Amino acid sequence: MPTILGVPMQALFGQLLLGLINGSFYAILSLGLAIIFGLLNIINFTHGAQYMMGAFVAWMLLNYAGLGYWWALILAPIVVGLFGVILERLLISRLYKLDHLYGLLLTFGLALIIQGLFRNEYGVSGLPYAIPSELSGGQRLPFMFLPNYRGWVVVASLVVCLATWLVIEKTKLGAYLRAATENPTLVQAFGVNVPLLLTLTYGFGVALAAFAGVLAAPVYSVNPNMGADIIIVVFAVVVIGGMGSILGSIITGFTLGLIEGLTKVFYPEASSTVIFVIMVLVLLVKPAGLFGRTA
Amino acid sequence: MSSAAASTDASPIATALPEGKDAKAFHRLVFVIIAALLVVLPFILYPVFLMKVLCFALFALAFNLLLGYGGLLSFGHAAYFGMASYVSAYAAKVWGLTPELAIIAGTLVAALLGLVFGALAIRRQGIYFSMITLALAQMVFFFSLQAKFTGGEDGIQAVPRGHLFGVISLADDRVLYALVALIFFAGLLLIYRIIHSPFGQVLKAIRDNEPRAISLGYRANQYKLAVFVLSTTLAGLAGATKAIVFQLASLTDVHWSMSGEVVLMTLVGGMGTVFGPILGSFVIIAMENYLAQFGAWVTIIQGVVFVVCVLLFREGILGLVARTLKRPL
Repeated sequence: MPTILGVPMQALFGQLLLGLINGSFYAILSLGLAIIFGLLNIINFTHGAQYMMGAFVAWMLLNYAGLGYWWALILAPIVVGLFGVILERLLISRLYKLDHLYGLLLTFGLALIIQGLFRNEYGVSGLPYAIPSELSGGQRLPFMFLPNYRGWVVVASLVVCLATWLVIEKTKLGAYLRAATENPTLVQAFGVNVPLLLTLTYGFGVALAAFAGVLAAPVYSVNPNMGADIIIVVFAVVVIGGMGSILGSIITGFTLGLIEGLTKVFYPEASSTVIFVIMVLVLLVKPAGLFGRTA
Repeated sequence: MSSAAASTDASPIATALPEGKDAKAFHRLVFVIIAALLVVLPFILYPVFLMKVLCFALFALAFNLLLGYGGLLSFGHAAYFGMASYVSAYAAKVWGLTPELAIIAGTLVAALLGLVFGALAIRRQGIYFSMITLALAQMVFFFSLQAKFTGGEDGIQAVPRGHLFGVISLADDRVLYALVALIFFAGLLLIYRIIHSPFGQVLKAIRDNEPRAISLGYRANQYKLAVFVLSTTLAGLAGATKAIVFQLASLTDVHWSMSGEVVLMTLVGGMGTVFGPILGSFVIIAMENYLAQFGAWVTIIQGVVFVVCVLLFREGILGLVARTLKRPL
């Protein structure tokens, strides 16, 4: 078997692919965080819990309603997104006039509640979710074996990220959103319903997280703690990339996933901390983040 | 920037009560009451429970020094609390140091860690500061999970309480309580002194309007770093003491949920009040003890308390009392 730097090629590319998959989750989640923060000025600590909810809704649809993966991919983001809309209307919208830190504390509390409820109901051991039959099996490439589902996750994430970018940069709705991020008062004076825009933006960001959760369900098992572990890494990703640029979030997410995958091959002990170390380096060299604007 | 930006100059800390001449006399009275309670309470309540409350109260006081007076929300204070707890436990158990030296060793490590992390985190402001402190603390968590000396999942167990100065045995809960109460009271006095010193006044100026403080010639970043290190040092003192009291240092102490817990204690007691965090930690620890039988419900109830406090009760218990009495607490 061919090796690179003493590592079997199959293992290297396998880990790189897994890194790319993690990277696509980082990208989708940091994208949602950045959009929500841009408009609502709230760091959504519940984002991890909502990612977890996406996976759980997919599992529930399958086990309680008999609806499979493809239905879940459409329904779970809608269900969790609606849940987000309710949260925003009932709770989060009361904090817009206050300091940022209250938004962080509120969403942290919500995350504790949601994760606790799921832990009570389903335990912490994790529930299996099968790969859909259309995507089982894999391709034998010259340098590695590519499971179809893993390839699909990367492609689907890229498409969703780029579609989001297109909507924000090229459509009229996106223009409203960007304008309201710059100056909400003025945009409201022009007759745009800014409160509605805030609600929809939050719902959309949350739906993105749930979408990532459905994609993740067959790769990792469905677990109430899956969101708590990933959200802190995503925070580091956001600090590294800076929240100023949509494309920046996407590139940073995928790149950091790849780096994490490489670390797993060459220095596994550091794989859980490498992203935080990169964050430290970026803070030293370019404190505003790679794609950030200095305030 | 946008909608909320206009309101950020309004300080998150609600208590802007004027400190008149009688405030000092009033605070002296509060200190006397606290000292009296420290003496009387162990005869009424279980000393080990009280020691737990005192350790966490000191932790929350240290956290509140940074949040309430520096205006900096650290979401990773468990790192300093937990790392100090590991070092203190290791020093007492493996190196066989006396308890006071073990506690000092833990505290110094927390100070050093605070110096390094603080220098990094103050490079960004506001919400980024919170995210950076959280991410750095998560790094410490993974380090503690993998490093040899922390004992991984088991933690460091059966730490000897030892003999204070090599002479006084701490095996008796009442003797140990006296030590913990002394450490707590000294920490409280120090924090009170810091807040009311010229240094503390400059901190408040930076908290309320950083650009103006800079334009007046204050090096805001040096002040922020100084208060950050002071806060992590005192958090370390609390963690190191806790390791000796419970004879245990474990991953719970460095986990992000511990960082959340200290935020909750401060929020419940009253952010930016001098004495609020003490009351907050008493309430939260009592609640946890009482609810321990319900398992996972503790997290859920903590979450509910967070939500209710943020939406309806932002000034906290002592904030409310201070407003009613029209006196800063």
